[in-house]
Amino acid sequence: MKRERVSWTTPRRAWAYLPMLAGLAGLAVAAALLELVIGLGWISPLVVAPPSAVATSFGMLFADERLHVMFLITLGQAFAAILLAVAIGLPVGYLLYRHVQFGRAYESWLGALFAAPMVLLYPLFLVIFGRSMMTLIIMGALTGMIPIIIKMREGLLQVPKTLINVGLSFNLSSRDMLLKILFPAAAPAAFTGIRLGLIYALVNIIGIEFLIDYGGLGRLASDMYFRYEIPAMYGVIVFIVLISTLFIWALGRVEHWLRPV
Amino acid sequence: MATTTTGFGIGRIRLVTVLVILALWEGLAHSGLVYAGVVPSSFSVIAALAKLLVGSELYPHLWVTMGEVTVGFLIALVSGTAAGIVLGERRFLGAAMEPYINGLATTPKIVFLPICMLMVGVGPESKMLLGALSAFFPIVLNTTAGMRHISPVLIKVGRSFNVSTWQMVTKIYLPSLALPVVTGMRLGLGVAIIGVLLAEIKLSQSGLGALTIEHYNHFRIAEMYALLIIIFTLAGIANASMGRLTARLRMHSPA
Repeated sequence: MKRERVSWTTPRRAWAYLPMLAGLAGLAVAAALLELVIGLGWISPLVVAPPSAVATSFGMLFADERLHVMFLITLGQAFAAILLAVAIGLPVGYLLYRHVQFGRAYESWLGALFAAPMVLLYPLFLVIFGRSMMTLIIMGALTGMIPIIIKMREGLLQVPKTLINVGLSFNLSSRDMLLKILFPAAAPAAFTGIRLGLIYALVNIIGIEFLIDYGGLGRLASDMYFRYEIPAMYGVIVFIVLISTLFIWALGRVEHWLRPV
Repeated sequence: MATTTTGFGIGRIRLVTVLVILALWEGLAHSGLVYAGVVPSSFSVIAALAKLLVGSELYPHLWVTMGEVTVGFLIALVSGTAAGIVLGERRFLGAAMEPYINGLATTPKIVFLPICMLMVGVGPESKMLLGALSAFFPIVLNTTAGMRHISPVLIKVGRSFNVSTWQMVTKIYLPSLALPVVTGMRLGLGVAIIGVLLAEIKLSQSGLGALTIEHYNHFRIAEMYALLIIIFTLAGIANASMGRLTARLRMHSPA
């Protein structure tokens, strides 16, 4: 089938960009209005920092507070957490698929844990590991692991029977069955779990950094508040929002690439 | 490929799992591998739990947290549903705002606590505001998605009768949005509880979050674990109640 070639200059594509442009224009107007009302003294700059001051605070944040390093610290912890979560979550998901009764027994527990406020367990790990990177990584791994287990098992349960029968007809060993049939077929679902896990890990790590005043971006936001550096505090929060948005967008693109339909 | 574990019923597996976890916990508590007091015996946790439940310390904090969650959640419910209806009704506005709402929805809300505290002070109001902010996004996202699934026939009927905007909202939109709004409420209540408790942990003198961190700071670990059990149980009850409401609505809604 011949694929339609659409350039961004075609009218349909240009129209598709209109809401985004309107959104950006709305954001610019909102920032200008905020600047105006703060300038007029209707809102105290000690409560809401003027957008221009927030923008200029990034110079200080990068030069003095090493915002980029803080970002890398948070990101590094999130990746360490997700590696741990994947290393435990994928095999556990597979075992729960292999042993049907165990899978059924733990299914509702895993669902409940997924909805539970797991982040509130951080004092438990604070007691064991202290105010350290280990607490952050373990908490990130714990919250990230649950969607990985759930999605891995779901993915394996949805592998078409025909594929499994093909493997059985070739007398594949359990190892080959897993590596050549089951895992490739379950990979998109497993990636959905890893994507969710990574988002959960990142969100929880930033939150706990903020609470325990330790680590990267979350610690910096808390630090700026307690130092009463209001524009810089807003700057860090804006940066966290941008990072979260970009992170989720990038993971969504990767997932779309893995699972185009 | 999947195998059925013979001889093990689901109930038995669960019971054995709980017993194994308790035995491991007890073993660790008495092993000397971790600093004494960090992993207290499960009996001392149960004793602390009983003391908390029959004593007078817990309840004032519980009412504070419940009050903050309720107010925050109600603010989010009203504002989130209203915003969802507007964004769902005006498709262009919805498309323009979508990236910002999605971006903010996935940001850890606790980092907005300093802004809440600057705006309304460090008292319970800042916890209510953070609870509202946390619950707002699941409700607005579900309501907006629900608006897109309302039958166009219903909307055309409303317009053909020249009904006012208020009547359109109360007679057409809200009855059609019951299921998505309740789904949003279920997700929103969970995150509102988390938001309020984390805000109390960070800076508060009352509430279950403040009590948890107070026990931690004074190294009353058994009491802290007991309190976490209470918090998880309450969050579970709230989630199960909303889940039951969602299931009931789903049963009565047209397919």
